[in-house]
This record gives sequence, C-alpha cells and structure tokens, in this order.
Amino acid sequence: MPQQIPADSVGVVTPQVVQFDEPLTLKSGKTLDSYELIYESYGELNADKSNAILICHALSGDHHAAGYHSMDEKKPGWWDACIGPGKAIDTNTFFVLCLNNLGGCHGSTGPKSHNPETGKAYGSDFPMVRVSDWVTSQARLADYLGIEKFAAVVGGSLGGMQALRWSFQYPKRLAFCASIASAPKLSAQNIAFNEVARNAIMKDPEFHGGHYMEKNAIPKTGLMTARMLAHLTYLSDDAMGEKFGRDLKTDEIKYGYKPEFQVESYLHYQGEKFSNTFDANTYLLMTKALDYFDPAQYTDHDLAKCLSPAQCKFFVVSFTTDWRFSPGRSEEIVDALVEAKKDVTYACIESEKGHDAFLIPIPRYVKLFTAYMKRVASELNL
Amino acid sequence: MTTETLRSDLNIIQSWVNPESQVLDLGCGQGHLLAFLKRHKKCHGYGLEINPDSIVNCVEKGINVVEHDLNNGLSHFKDGAMDTVIMTQALQAVSRPDELLEDMLRVGKEAIITFPNFGYWRTRFYLLGKGKMPMSKTLPYNWYDTPNIHMCTFRDFEKLCREKGLRILDRTVVDSAHQESLAIKLWPNLLGEIAIYRVSK
Repeated sequence: MPQQIPADSVGVVTPQVVQFDEPLTLKSGKTLDSYELIYESYGELNADKSNAILICHALSGDHHAAGYHSMDEKKPGWWDACIGPGKAIDTNTFFVLCLNNLGGCHGSTGPKSHNPETGKAYGSDFPMVRVSDWVTSQARLADYLGIEKFAAVVGGSLGGMQALRWSFQYPKRLAFCASIASAPKLSAQNIAFNEVARNAIMKDPEFHGGHYMEKNAIPKTGLMTARMLAHLTYLSDDAMGEKFGRDLKTDEIKYGYKPEFQVESYLHYQGEKFSNTFDANTYLLMTKALDYFDPAQYTDHDLAKCLSPAQCKFFVVSFTTDWRFSPGRSEEIVDALVEAKKDVTYACIESEKGHDAFLIPIPRYVKLFTAYMKRVASELNL
Repeated sequence: MTTETLRSDLNIIQSWVNPESQVLDLGCGQGHLLAFLKRHKKCHGYGLEINPDSIVNCVEKGINVVEHDLNNGLSHFKDGAMDTVIMTQALQAVSRPDELLEDMLRVGKEAIITFPNFGYWRTRFYLLGKGKMPMSKTLPYNWYDTPNIHMCTFRDFEKLCREKGLRILDRTVVDSAHQESLAIKLWPNLLGEIAIYRVSK
C-alpha cells in the first residue's frame, strides 16, 4: 500500500467498461457478436481530441498501466515507471489510454467470460484472436471515445507488435508509433518456448480440455511452469547472477529436491503469484497470437513493403541483454523502415535487465523516451 | 524559425547536396547538418550515431537518428538506398576506412567525406622537430588514447580513390577554422588542415 500517492503518480484510477454490440469478425473467420473492453485512462483528453496515446500491453499485461486501484494496492500499474505527470509519457500533456485486450482475463471479454451460446464460460471455445483483431478492437474503442487519430500508439514486446500493426492497418489514425523491445515476428526459438509453456498447461490434469472452470478446477501447476519458463526468458544471465548468484535459502545444502537455491524459490514465487491471477486459456491464446504474428507474410515476406502504407513516425528501442527479442530483431524493423523511407529513431540501450528492461526506468532509456515524447508533443502542438 | 549558421565545412557540404535527396550521415553527432538539410533543402535523411547524448540531441532536433557503430559497416542498407552518404571527421577513426568508403558508394550514389590532413605542415614539423606524435587543435589526443587510428594525408586518400577507381567530383581544403584561402588552394597537402571530398564510382 502506498503510504501516500507519489507526486509523479496518476493517483487512484478506476477502470471503465464499454460494451460493443457491433459484431467483430476475427481473422480466424469466427465472429464475436458482442464483447466488452475494460480500459483505464490518465490525463485529460483535449478539446480537439488530438493528445491521446494508446498503450498496448504485452503477454501478461492488462489495462492497469499506471496509478493505483486503491490505497490498498501494493504496486502501481505495470508501466507506472513511464506514465505519469512529468514522466516519459507525461499525463500533463497527453491523455493516455490502456485497455485489456480481447481474450484477456482482467475484465475484457475472454475465455473466462460468459458464452451466450452455451450459457457457460467460453473456456477453450473462446475464438483465437490475432494481433490484427486486437488492433481492430482498439480502433473501435477509439471510435467510442471520439478519438480519430492517436498522437502515438506505444507498446513494448507484444505491445510493440500491436503498435507496429497499427502503423499500416490504420495509417491515418496515428502520428507516431513506438515499438519497444519488440520484433517483426517470432523466431523458431520464441515459438518453441511458447509451445513448452502451452504443453505444461494443457498436460496439467486439471486443464480438462480448457473447460476447467466448469469443473471448478484450475491447471495451476501447468500455468506455474509456463510462467516460470517465460519469466526466465525475460531476464538475462547477468541479471539473474547479480540478483541471486548461487545463494541458498538456508546455510547449507540439504540433499533434497525442494527449492534450495534462491533463484528456484524466486521462480516458484513468480509462478505461484501469476497462477493466482492469470487465466490459463488466456495464456494459451496470447502465446498463439504471438506465434502467428508475421505481418510481412502477406507482402512476400518483405517487411519494408508491409510497412510502406504507414504515415507515422517511428521510435524503436531495444536493450543489449534482451535475448527474447534481441536488438537484432528491432534492427530488422529499423532496416525495413529505412528501406521504406519512413522516419525512424532507434537506440539500443545498455542494460543488464534482459527483456524486462523496457518496464524499468533505466536513466538513458527514460531520458531518450522523454525527449522523444516531448518531440511528439511539440510536432503536434500539444 | 531561428537563423542557423553552419560551421563553414558543413556549409560547403550542404552546398554539394541536392534538394529533396535522400541523405545518410555517418557519425551525425548532434545532427546539425541533417537538421539544416531537412529544413532548408527538404532532404530526407538518417543519421548514424553511437553517442547516447548526441542521439538525444538529434531527437530534440526532430531528425532521424539510428544507433549504429560504423565499424560494423553498412551492410544493413540496400544498394543505392541513398543519394548522398556523408561522413565528417570519422574516416580516420574507423577500423577499415577503405571498406567503409566502398560501402558508402554502394549505398549512395555519391559520398562526401571530410578528414584531418596528416600532411599539414605543422603536423609534419611537429613530428620532425619534437619526434613525437603530433597534437593540435584538430588532433587533440595522445597517441595511446586517440580515436584517430588511421590518419592519412590528402595524397594517401586520393591514391586510395584511384586504386578503387573512384571519381573525385569536388575537393575543398580548409584550415582549422574551416576557412578556405588561396595559399591552401595552391599547396593543399601542405597547408590544408581539413579536406572535404565529394566522390562517386
């Protein structure tokens, strides 16, 4: 619990829910007749609605990007380091919008929601959604709020893929695109990690073919394992070495198979925490959305051609020790943007924090991000 | 709009760049040249830079900057992607100037290059008189910490161009205040401190 809300926090925030009754046909061919999206916003939308920034969340993120839900909440939203008054995404200037993606488990319609056709929870019957479907649903939320054009669409990791997708799916609807610690598509290794995670969930005896809610069960062990594995890929060898080394929980080794090293205990804690708050079907769905993302497949695998309809300016950032989406993956995006003669700024930030670095206020990153967002404000006369 | 004054060597360079062309500036620093070319000549361009503070300066100026170490070459740029590739005062600091020069003319139709002349008379006399590696306003480093690992003279550079079959389209030589003079024009390799070349294949 924050004793006192910090001055550079957006403070206590309340999520809003919007119901959409216009059917949404998904890339898979399936249709959602109606759905709800939950979102949060920070800062004030200006009179001509030109100062809106859309934040797209990553695999395990949600709409709670900044501030606190109550004075009892232990930690602020997931990107509080970068969103708030005076922060990189300055809420004194911008109206910041973040929603829980369709298929999520934190308030937007997803596998945990009520399926009107069966009268039960969707479970694994929830249709698969792709990044393009998220972008379409985000545009509908923008329509609902009267936002014709975003000042910027911003995201890290899977969120960066959505931002990238925005640039050519709705080229007239954003002025700037920030894709941080992201990639133009997953590598075989990335997909392989996701498959191990999915396998852990689906082989859990409590999974029940994805209809575990009907059985009052949760595939907790599988979800924990999936998270433990994924969490590893977010950290670097150096970061883990620095944080845990070979430290033991107790004074000496016990010749047993229970967690003995601090790093084991940390992973168990992370897995446990995650499995209590995240839905296994949503996890499966999000990893598949990641795996399927490859927009250049529709333009002869030519990323420059894929990005050529974009009219916005781009900000691309990577981190030296990120091995999930390494700097080389961001540079693929940058090279394609240069080839397509788009405006782009790119930096590779030195950090030992691995993929998670994009969530952490690393001084050089914050300084650059702040300068870029000031440029956004200045070019748009905000 | 604020009135901008460009350093005189940059002013010579900008006069050699066609309006509305695609420009790549290798080691663009704080982006003065690119900002000028964008504003006054409607050029579209990118700067490559590795210094974090310079990158922020470029962002503040609203120009495209891409973090990239020139020692890794330009292989990520396609052939003929740019009209002009510019490199000011960095040729002598890269690991393979010859390969980079070739790469510049693969990516761009023309290249504009500036570098300090090691054949400048003061440099020659410094070495002759003191027997030590020359230091000056243009060359302010000690031999052991200098980034300038491949010093050359105008003659060396022109020999390299001949060997590679490159055409020298323009050549201007200036002093350390980046000014031209008649004497420098007469004895460039002796009196010129900084060379500015425009070359093509």
